[in-house]
Amino acid sequence: METVNLYNAAFMDHVAHPDYKYQMDDPTHTHEGINPSCGDDLIFSVKIGDDGVIEEAAYQGSGCAISQASADMMADLITDKTPQQAIELCRLFMDMVRGTETDPDKLALLEDAASLKDISHMPARVKCAELAWRTLEEMLEDRGN
Amino acid sequence: MLNSDELALIEQNPYKADFPLLANNPELVFLDSAATAQRPACVLDAQRKFYETMNANPLRGLYRLSVDATRSIAEARAHVARFIGAVDKQGTPQGNEIVFTRNASESLNLVAHSLGHLLLRPGDEVVISIMEHHSNLIPWQQICRETGAKLVFLRLDDDFRITPAEIKAKIGPRTKIVSVTQVSNVLGIENDIPAIAARAHAMGAKMVVDGAQSVPHIAVDVRELGCDLLAFSAHKMCGPMGIGVLWGKAELLDVMPPFLTGGEMIDSVSETNAVWAPVPQKFEAGTQDAAGSYALDAALSYLEEKDWNTLETRERLLVRYLTDQLAALDFIDIIGPTDGRRHLGSVAFNVGDVHPHDVASILDMQNICIRAGHHCAQPLLTELGVSSTSRASIAFYNDKTDIDRLVEGLKQVWQVFHGNR
Repeated sequence: METVNLYNAAFMDHVAHPDYKYQMDDPTHTHEGINPSCGDDLIFSVKIGDDGVIEEAAYQGSGCAISQASADMMADLITDKTPQQAIELCRLFMDMVRGTETDPDKLALLEDAASLKDISHMPARVKCAELAWRTLEEMLEDRGN
Repeated sequence: MLNSDELALIEQNPYKADFPLLANNPELVFLDSAATAQRPACVLDAQRKFYETMNANPLRGLYRLSVDATRSIAEARAHVARFIGAVDKQGTPQGNEIVFTRNASESLNLVAHSLGHLLLRPGDEVVISIMEHHSNLIPWQQICRETGAKLVFLRLDDDFRITPAEIKAKIGPRTKIVSVTQVSNVLGIENDIPAIAARAHAMGAKMVVDGAQSVPHIAVDVRELGCDLLAFSAHKMCGPMGIGVLWGKAELLDVMPPFLTGGEMIDSVSETNAVWAPVPQKFEAGTQDAAGSYALDAALSYLEEKDWNTLETRERLLVRYLTDQLAALDFIDIIGPTDGRRHLGSVAFNVGDVHPHDVASILDMQNICIRAGHHCAQPLLTELGVSSTSRASIAFYNDKTDIDRLVEGLKQVWQVFHGNR
């Protein structure tokens, strides 16, 4: 059954046992993203160290499994990246779920999150998958303003 | 629970073969008819026949083809009127009381705008229910803002009923318009429209009914309902998308100002003024969807040929079976009454803590179509304390197998989320 493709054990593990879903102490940046029509609500926080690298990422909120798993995969991916690298990964992810980037070599940069590429065949769920990434991109682009 | 005769009835399905989309996709389980119904081949054929044999701009043409197109609209009007009991004492259908629109939403916008400007003054009240679809909510929000009237909500008791006390408390001397859905598109429950209409009229108010979810499922008779205006869509009752109906009492439509203006809705025009055409043309600006009304006529003929009572009985059995099967699953919470006898068409539910969008996606992977989300009724969901739900809805072309497949699909959803925990 097709469910194994998307709602597979690795995906469900991010939903049932998220590593990055907690309230962070002393974040340097926090931003909220919502999907009003779904009721998805996500607060994403990062701590950027003096060396300019994201040393901690975490999120809180509620929503569907796709929005939650996607946030957990993203938090894992961007830890130890620079904000600029994170922004580029956000754009790559959004291109993947919208179906405009299909090159497997490029998508490999997304690590676990590359497993969400089938979302590109589920247009109604694209905004669920994108929520965390859109929120992070907005936050990092606005930082310092 | 259904008895063996009733189960045998819904195991058979003499209807599916009439619907090309269902017949060509035997693996598909379509349980979203409250959003839009499927169409039988005869309706699709009618649409094509109009364009192949009588296509011309109706109303204004002086040649036979245009006369044929015009006559097809008049016949459709008369058929719709007969279908909803809009007949005079001699039983003659009152086609002039049928206004064709794009859909129920447009019908309700027309009513809110036209009746609102006719009747509402600052301090007046419009009464609707908390379970309204956004189509019967937002137009009233808008007209209340424009006119200074107040929007008042009929609320539900713990048993999902609008009680007589609530009706009496909310509909009073300041009420000028009451607009309530006959059947909720989320809860599937039927409201006591005659009781609400009686109170509205006793207070001198006009009664509007959103029939989008009732006309497709039960015999609706506007005289028995006691309403002044009724809105519904063709596409939820096997007709085409893009055509809807507003029925209104002739004497009320006569005094209501037009909504959209332009061609076809006038008698004469000068540089600074225009004289409206009589109803229903007064409310039908521009070229109408004549093929759509012709196809709606064919849809009504199909429903009548299959016998309305037979279809209604079958749908009531299907929704009872659906409700019973869902209630029997311990991980399902039904949002609304758990007694299937109180449902028409729809049952809303949640699968434990699983988000309805995940439910719908996992069911979709098994070729099962349901609706998930807020169902264009956000104030109702807020009132019920849920942000979204799943909803399965049936029509007579569904059968027991469809519902059994849904139950198996929901077990799969639960397995994906909770199987290994």
